Amino acid sequence: MAYDKHGRPLVAVTGMGVVTSIGQGKNDTWAALTAGKSGIRRISRFPVEGLRTTIAGTIDDVKVDPFCAPMLSERLAVLAAEEAIGQSGLALNDFPGALFIAVPPVEMEWPQREALAKASGQPGDVTYADVLKAASGGQFKAWHDLFIFGTVADRVADTFGTKGSPISLSTACSSGATAIQLGVEAIRRGETNAALCIGTDGSVNPESLIRFSLLSALSTQNDVPDGASKPFSKNRDGFVMGEGGAALVLENAESAKARGAKILGYVLGCGEKGDGFHRTRSSPDGMPGITAIREALADAGLSPDDIGYINAHGTSTPENDKMEASSCTSVFGERMASLPISSNKSMIGHTLTAAGAVEAVMSLLTIGEGRIPPTINYAVPDPAIPLDVVPNVARDARVDFVLSNSFGFGGQNTCLVFGAEPK
Amino acid sequence: MRDVVVTGIGLISCAGEGVEAHLAALKSGAAPRTDIETFAPYPVHPVAQPDYDKQIAKKADQRQMEPWQKLGCFAAGLALESAGVKDDADLKSRMHLVVAAGGGERDYAVDGQILTGLRSADNPGVFLNERLMSDLRPTLFLAQLSNLLAGNISIVHGVTGASRTFMGEESSGIDALRVAQARIASGQNDIFLVGGAYNAERPDALLIYEMGGFLWKKPHRPVWDRPADGGGLILGSGACFLVLESREHATARGATAFAAITGVTSDRHRRNAGSVGEKLRAQAAVLGAKPDVVLSGATGVKGITEDEQAALKALAPNAAIHATADLIGHTMEAQAPAGVALAAALIAKGEASDALVTSVGHWRGEGAVRVTKAG
Repeated sequence: MAYDKHGRPLVAVTGMGVVTSIGQGKNDTWAALTAGKSGIRRISRFPVEGLRTTIAGTIDDVKVDPFCAPMLSERLAVLAAEEAIGQSGLALNDFPGALFIAVPPVEMEWPQREALAKASGQPGDVTYADVLKAASGGQFKAWHDLFIFGTVADRVADTFGTKGSPISLSTACSSGATAIQLGVEAIRRGETNAALCIGTDGSVNPESLIRFSLLSALSTQNDVPDGASKPFSKNRDGFVMGEGGAALVLENAESAKARGAKILGYVLGCGEKGDGFHRTRSSPDGMPGITAIREALADAGLSPDDIGYINAHGTSTPENDKMEASSCTSVFGERMASLPISSNKSMIGHTLTAAGAVEAVMSLLTIGEGRIPPTINYAVPDPAIPLDVVPNVARDARVDFVLSNSFGFGGQNTCLVFGAEPK
Repeated sequence: MRDVVVTGIGLISCAGEGVEAHLAALKSGAAPRTDIETFAPYPVHPVAQPDYDKQIAKKADQRQMEPWQKLGCFAAGLALESAGVKDDADLKSRMHLVVAAGGGERDYAVDGQILTGLRSADNPGVFLNERLMSDLRPTLFLAQLSNLLAGNISIVHGVTGASRTFMGEESSGIDALRVAQARIASGQNDIFLVGGAYNAERPDALLIYEMGGFLWKKPHRPVWDRPADGGGLILGSGACFLVLESREHATARGATAFAAITGVTSDRHRRNAGSVGEKLRAQAAVLGAKPDVVLSGATGVKGITEDEQAALKALAPNAAIHATADLIGHTMEAQAPAGVALAAALIAKGEASDALVTSVGHWRGEGAVRVTKAG
């Protein structure tokens, strides 16, 4: 069967790669994730004095020069894509399809601003006029390329020989899921038989962290770093930033089978819904999140009863976890009390732009391995959220269909449904 | 495949507000309004300041946005109005949104103070933490975040099908059009709001392009004349949004189409001498372009500008060739949508019947759109 219930080409996953704070490669990451190991630690990359939050799930053993978000994000994307394309059996430098890559919005960072200020020779108060004068000498030419928005995608496209104009995208914290959705849609339209879908984020730097901190979005439980991210717990107090990269090779199932590729699972459905209520908060009635879940199920041709596990967005913020629980309960009804739902972010942290892609890989591994990763740090249940969060310890279970939720600032709600086989 | 038509246009730039102002400016052939003093030696094309209240009713919403978001939100409102859907809450709730966005915008005073203080700070890292924690406005983050232009359009105008934000300078503008067109043509969705916005009147934007050596630093000259004198681009502030929908959808709701989007091409390659012209000719062939008017996204940057001009003269010898930047400046992510807006408006007026819109990025990416009569 190469078409889905809607008569569209089925979209198969034939390669997956991931790098996170708990492991490089999907085997290491999966082993740590199912062992309940946290990657959250005290930040050592820059001084943390004066900060309210001093912890993150940084990836410290991947080195780039100069160190900055676009360089690290590119490197994480490349590591994940090498693993994914390698597994798919496709050529590593001649990928036969399009690139969709979720990247953090980039801008020049403080070390570069400082270098320009120094080069300006201005001994008094530094202004942008001085910095601009320094920029005109030509010695900083490489930073134009480094700090424009399309560069990470362009370099990744060059590295792997993807075809056509690469799409760099952002839907905030649902970006990774949107990259997959764009790939699925392109294959369903018949535009391409293969898509390389990536989410990447290496942006734990002082200003990025402070921006989230000033919005009171981050956990300040710094004393025990690996205990800070506690999705669905009563004492949750914000998310913990994490870094990561994940890549999926999507293929038209028919052409994948024709070339003898091993199919790891299917992306069966995608759903999305915008929310115009507020820049950072969800509609109080939860309808956009509910609609995104229902759309994903309908797109997959499944009913709520088919879903065996939910890979939660589960950020560990008071607002998200409450809204996500109530949205899921609206869709799944009484069954929600016993339907396993867990948050990878309890261990990996919130990898922001990458999260949807990282969690897609973990969702497919859950199906493939027959094992559900836990929500760790679950010591104080929230009575307002009576869910089976797979507390603290992984669980063996046969799972045929997984729902993966991703929600973001700016009213972004994107849900994906994965399956071992189409129903 | 379904036909895709343009039913709404929202455009704002240094040439004014709305389609008519832009067509009049195009007809007059006058040089675009240029500010050569504020950021001297860098000229910019300042936007005609709109009455934001007309499209963004709540002052509280206006305060939550930096200028690029406000311009985009304003142009989005103009486009919805033009398409006759501004008050159709149900339709807007299933309208999809693809935004081509950059981001940024900083607190320039704070940056300057921090750079000054860092020079003598005992512990620069700690100094940076302390100053950012105390001096950054918490809401500035949201006002500079790339996907929050889309977020603000959802909040202000109630366009809530779902939004996706593409990034990547000029290419993101053409790719936004390409993906929206493909989703409509294939039947995946019915109606879209697509576009982008750019604020050129900010030193951090100038800084990026000045580092790369891309900025024109003399009084305004037309795009095609600049390469002979070293070449360079002049950034413009502005925004353009378009309502695109399937012909069936437009007909069913009684909407009048400006024009049809017959095809969109977009690609990238490692550039070398002459390669941009080759790519454009190949894309025009794929589109079956037979233009009687060309709206070029040419930047004025040396090499690629002459290359594009030669290709356009060869493939459209009888067409009127306009550089959109000679009208509105270079609006980066918004440039391709603005070119399509002008092409569609010219066709709707009967002043052209088959238009080619090009997008050659200042640094990478080549794309083209064929716009034809609505039929």
